[in-house]
Amino acid sequence: MQSSNLKISNASFRKVIDAGDYFIGVVLKGETFRILDLKGNQAADTLFFNAHNASERYSAMDTMREQANVYLTTGTKLRSNLNNVMLEITADICGRHDTLGGACSTESNTVRYDLEKRCMHSCRDSWMLAIAEHPEYGITKRDIGHNINFFMNVPVTEDGGLTFADGISGAGKYVELVAHMDTIVLISNCPQLNNPCNGFNPTPIEFIVWAE
Amino acid sequence: MSEIIRSIDYTTHIPSGSHWSLRVRRGTIMRLTDTAGLGNVGMLFYNPENLLERYNAPDTLKCQHTFKLTQGNCLYSDMGRIFASIVEDSFGWHDTVMGNSHAEHIEERWGKRDYQNDRNQWMQNGYDAFLVELAKYGLNGKDIASNLNWFSQVVTDQNGGLILAQDNKAPGQTVTLRFEMDTLVLLHTCPHPLNTAEIYPRESIQIELGTAHDIQEDDYCMNFREENLRGFKNNQLYHLGLIA
Ligand SMILES: [Zn+2]
Repeated sequence: MQSSNLKISNASFRKVIDAGDYFIGVVLKGETFRILDLKGNQAADTLFFNAHNASERYSAMDTMREQANVYLTTGTKLRSNLNNVMLEITADICGRHDTLGGACSTESNTVRYDLEKRCMHSCRDSWMLAIAEHPEYGITKRDIGHNINFFMNVPVTEDGGLTFADGISGAGKYVELVAHMDTIVLISNCPQLNNPCNGFNPTPIEFIVWAE
Repeated sequence: MSEIIRSIDYTTHIPSGSHWSLRVRRGTIMRLTDTAGLGNVGMLFYNPENLLERYNAPDTLKCQHTFKLTQGNCLYSDMGRIFASIVEDSFGWHDTVMGNSHAEHIEERWGKRDYQNDRNQWMQNGYDAFLVELAKYGLNGKDIASNLNWFSQVVTDQNGGLILAQDNKAPGQTVTLRFEMDTLVLLHTCPHPLNTAEIYPRESIQIELGTAHDIQEDDYCMNFREENLRGFKNNQLYHLGLIA
C-alpha cells in the first residue's frame, strides 16, 4: 500500500465517470492520474494505447511475464504488446488489481451467466461505442486487447483455480499511475449487473489528472 | 480408435524453434505429443471467416473458473464461441497467460543468434515466429492475443508470483484437441518465455491430425461446466444453416 501526496486542489483535470459510461482521453508523458472508487467495489475496465500509434497497446501477458506476478500494485510497470513500459503504478491504497479476468462482453455474458443475458450492457460494448464515437484516436476492434480491472480481486488458488473474491476496494480507495509515454486512456466503468463483486450495483468513479 | 477419435490420418514432427499454421475444419482432431518431455508449443486461434474473432484467454479462464487448462476445458473466442475442446490430456496443466519469448529474452538467456553459423539450429523466439505466420493471413502483431503454451505449467505462489514448474515434464505426454468450429491455427515450438534451461531446448513435437466422432449428449467437455453447455449452444447457433 502506498498513498499519494498529490492534492486534489492542484489537479489539472477532473471527471466523474458514471456507472456504465466510458471515458476516453489522452494523458501526456510525465503526467500522473488517479482512478478513484467513489462508492466502493466498482470495477474500472481499462485499456491503454500509445497516443501516436494505437496499434501499440497495453498487454496483460507482457506485463505479467516481465514482473513475474499476476497482480498489479504500487511499483508495477504496465507493458505494451511491444514489451515497452507505458505506465507505472505510483500509488495504490486498494492493494491489488486484476489483469487476468478480462472485460465483460455481451457474448461472454451468455456463457458466464445465461444465454438470455446477451442484450445486457457490457464493458466491451462501451469500448466499441467509444472507438466508434472517437475515430480520431485510430482505434479499431483489432487493437482491443486484454485489459486491467482496477479494484477487482481475482485470486489464483494453489491448485490452479480462479476465484472471484469479494472486492477489497471501498469508498475513497484509489490507484495512481504516471505515464511513461503519451497514452490514450480508455475506461469502461463496468455496468455488470450479474456479478456479486460490485454488490450488483454499479457506481461512479472519478478520473483525476495532475500535470507534470 | 476411441469414443472421441475416429481416425488419425496425418503425422508430422515439428523441430523446436519452428512455426507452422493451418486451417482446420470443424470436427478435426489435433493430438500433440511432447516426445522428449522438454518442449513447448505456443498456439493462437482465429476464425477464418472473420479474422477479428480470436482466442480470448481471460474469457476462457474466467468462464471456467480456472487458471490452468486441461481435459474438459474449452477454448473460447472473444465472441462467446468455442474454437476447440481439450478432449484428452496426460499433462494436466497448460499455461495461457505468459505469452511469448521475444528476441531479447533469447539473447539474454542463450546468447546472440547467428544464422550463418547456426543454420537451422538458430534460436528463434515465439513472438517473431508468430509474426511470420500472422503475415501470411494479412495479420500482424496487433492481432496477437494471449496464446496457449502447451506442455508448460505456470504456477503462482501466495503473493501471485509466477513460476514455470518442471515437475511434471516427462517424455511422451500428449494433449488432444477437438475443433468445434473451422479455425485458423498458428503455432510455434519455441521455448516458453520463463524457460531458464542452460541450453536452448532442441526437442521436436509430434503433431497428428485426424477426425473426431460426432459429439454425444454425455460429452465430457460439453458437460464439464454449465458454462460449456452454453458455449456449445453458441456454436450451434453459429452453425445453423451452414454445412459442417
Ligand atoms: Zn464489465
